[in-house]
Amino acid sequence: MAALDQTQVKEGVDQETVDAVREVGTYKYGWDTDIEMEYAPKGVNPDIVRLISEKNDEPEWMTEWRLAAFERWTQKEEPNWAMVHYPKIDFQDQYYYARPKSMEEKPKSLDEVDPKLLATYEKLGIPLKEQMILAGVEGAEDAPAEGRKVAVDAVFDSVSVGTTFQDELKRHGVIFCSISEAIREHPELVKKYLGSVVPVSDNFYATLNSAVFSDGSFVYVPPGVRCPMELSTYFRINAENTGQFERTLIIADKGSYVSYLEGCTAPQRDTAQLHAAVVEIIIEEDAEVKYSTVQNWFPGDENGKGGIYNFVTKRADCRGDRSKVMWTQVETGSAVTWKYPSCILRGNESQGEFYSIAITNNYQQADTGTKMVHLGKNTKSRIVSKGISAGKAQNTYRGLVSMHPKAKDSRNYTQCDSLLIGDKCGAHTVPYIEVKNNSSRVEHEATTSKVDDDQLFYCRQRGMDEEEAVALVVNGFCKDVLQALPMEFAMEAQQLVAISLEGSVG
Amino acid sequence: MALPEVKQNATEARLATLSLPEAGCTRAAREAALARVREMGLPSRRDEYWKYTHPDTLVSPEATPAALFKSDEPMMFDGFDRLKIVFIDGVFIAEASDDLSLEGVSIDRLEDICCKDIHWAKELYGVLEARGQSPVERPLAALNTAFATDGVAIHVTGKPSKPISLIYRHASETSDAILHHIVRVESGAEVTILENGPAASRFNKCMEIDIADGGALHHVRAQGRDHQRRAATHMFTRLGKESVYKSFTLTVNGVLTRNEQVVELTGDDAIAHVAGACVGDGDFHHDDTVFITHDAVNCESRQVFKKVLRNGATGVFQGKILVKEGAQKTDGYQISQSLLLDDDSQFLAKPELEIYADDVACSHGSTSGAIDETALFYLRSRGVPVKDATNMLTLAFLAEAVDEIEDQSLAEDIVTRLEGWLARRG
Repeated sequence: MAALDQTQVKEGVDQETVDAVREVGTYKYGWDTDIEMEYAPKGVNPDIVRLISEKNDEPEWMTEWRLAAFERWTQKEEPNWAMVHYPKIDFQDQYYYARPKSMEEKPKSLDEVDPKLLATYEKLGIPLKEQMILAGVEGAEDAPAEGRKVAVDAVFDSVSVGTTFQDELKRHGVIFCSISEAIREHPELVKKYLGSVVPVSDNFYATLNSAVFSDGSFVYVPPGVRCPMELSTYFRINAENTGQFERTLIIADKGSYVSYLEGCTAPQRDTAQLHAAVVEIIIEEDAEVKYSTVQNWFPGDENGKGGIYNFVTKRADCRGDRSKVMWTQVETGSAVTWKYPSCILRGNESQGEFYSIAITNNYQQADTGTKMVHLGKNTKSRIVSKGISAGKAQNTYRGLVSMHPKAKDSRNYTQCDSLLIGDKCGAHTVPYIEVKNNSSRVEHEATTSKVDDDQLFYCRQRGMDEEEAVALVVNGFCKDVLQALPMEFAMEAQQLVAISLEGSVG
Repeated sequence: MALPEVKQNATEARLATLSLPEAGCTRAAREAALARVREMGLPSRRDEYWKYTHPDTLVSPEATPAALFKSDEPMMFDGFDRLKIVFIDGVFIAEASDDLSLEGVSIDRLEDICCKDIHWAKELYGVLEARGQSPVERPLAALNTAFATDGVAIHVTGKPSKPISLIYRHASETSDAILHHIVRVESGAEVTILENGPAASRFNKCMEIDIADGGALHHVRAQGRDHQRRAATHMFTRLGKESVYKSFTLTVNGVLTRNEQVVELTGDDAIAHVAGACVGDGDFHHDDTVFITHDAVNCESRQVFKKVLRNGATGVFQGKILVKEGAQKTDGYQISQSLLLDDDSQFLAKPELEIYADDVACSHGSTSGAIDETALFYLRSRGVPVKDATNMLTLAFLAEAVDEIEDQSLAEDIVTRLEGWLARRG
């Protein structure tokens, strides 16, 4: 924040605000952890697939499942319909498996985890201690302690380093562990649900993920249980030239409720890295899942060098009647984002919601949105998407709302707004609307505008510098989405909005 | 990149049924267009741009026969004072048409132009079509440029006293017509062009419109009557500084209609309004595909499309506003709405924005739903029978599109047609 350091702070400006803005450097999580790693050989082939399966101590059926997926992947073509451009990815020039040496023997408890790893998460603001609140969240102290617990599954490159609060969750019947552990301990659940929402050959990246996924989180909430705390997974890519392929499977059984948070960061490197995740959510009758993401992978530097290629398939299947899912995402990182968290509204009266803020700056490109597939009667969906483009970035909303003939009396409302900061960036909207019955109502609205000069003038008049003023206006623009986030993320997200746009003014 | 074999075969099969007509000064444009067709291949249902409309019957070697519509109802615009140019099954009929001379405009038949080596048409024929092939391919338009057998070239230099009316009659059940018109509106000139009639069993029409600085063109078109006809039409329009283009299309009936409008605003302060109303019943498929490019400062574009569908009819809308870098102060608006009168009909829409300039105000909206029960209840409580109330609300729904027609008497004629359609179908 060189500009800010030189700025004479005007009278009346809250010193705390200035400090907060000063503190948020360009990419705060760009450091790496010096730790001895163990890699699988570069490239992907059936041997690598077997090796990953073996490293995770997987049963035979899982290995076969992966190999079948790999076979399908070799026949698939990379999709090119998204409005993103990047050099061709050499899928054989990547490591598909990397784990810290110290994780060779799976630690039995958090006390045994390599202190270096613990320190990494500490530094990221995600201490792997069973503490009541997340560090650094203002106001959280005042909240009732019982409601503020957050269980964390920490994934470091290809492995899960530890999961907190497992015992307490177990008492409630909730299973929260790494997916590799679930494959070993709960094969019946994994067998039943894995690949049932995102089929193995769903798309190029999902198929690749099915073959080589190394770790991720698994959640099962039994019937009637309201998960006593928020669950979260924190993904960290550390190793160079390594792709991260995580797999998340969340099952909310009848009448249950769970709120799940996901965060991700990566060190600042010159070469682009691949991240292709799959998230599957199954929601049974009367159950509800809230899934919130703050995606802050390294976005590449101001010249577009490096960054994460983020190709993610996320889908929730509202199988039961009156089931409900809510996706909230704040996408500020990644050089290239290709991500469409979707809802299959199969159960009658099921509900899907999607709230998204996608911010792109410098040379970032984001093509993101959602699919709402209405199959059941009386289903409802709501889409609120806010795209912000600055620098030379391109930001695309791409979405589908589909009302099947049997989805009588269903309802969709879509609002997608784009904001442009600067005349070298782009904002695009590509919605698909398919309505096949007349009792359903579908409404789509989209606008594109620039930061309002009057609003900026007003803020500047009150003593804010231009960047702060833009951040404030943008935060206001994003308000609808920020409000949908759990408190832990809302704070972080607001700051991220400010960081991501840094340097985009003037 | 080589075309997939299936596509290449389908393209060659269609080309085998056609031969390049005598071309004169349009020869180079026709040959270039044929090369484009071979390079792109004709559309297939696997193409993203044809996701919602199956082009099979539009590209098949032979046209599907279509029965003629017998009706005592007079043709559209019958009572209007206009200069009539009549085509029957895609062939210009001099006896049925008016004398083509009118002050402020000169009109030549494409066939005559194709006997000459020098004509102003050379600068326009196929030019806007070729420009319109990027970023999205429109192979049927290129096919049209290459093989068009008839059409007119309209050169507007003043303000003609009456509209120029292109009338398309359908007489043979197996007709397969390809017409290509070009229109040049000179600086400060202004004209109204009307088009109506079912044209042919299969109709491929392309119109290229070049409007110079300060020129204005009003375009009102009615497609309809014969239910089994199929049509693919393209309108390519380029606008100069402070020029105006206003277009309205009414579609009733037709088993398959694909109307593509490609508008390019190349001069500052230009205005383009494109509107459409369609009412469809049964095995009716109607597709409005609009692509508006803003490439100048302070331009305005407006798209208003309304569709009323019932008994399993399908309405498609693919609209796009592209604002190029530097096209600041753009005001872009797009609305597409459907009213589904029963549960079997469907509305498929892809309203897109692609924006590379920051000081713009662009918005689009799209809705779909049934008749508003509350409004219906209100009318019924005032003693209006259900059928009349439904028709009133349907007309009110279509009004926003019809209101785009500036000429009041033309708008009234359109409304009368719509009322007739609703009354007959009620």
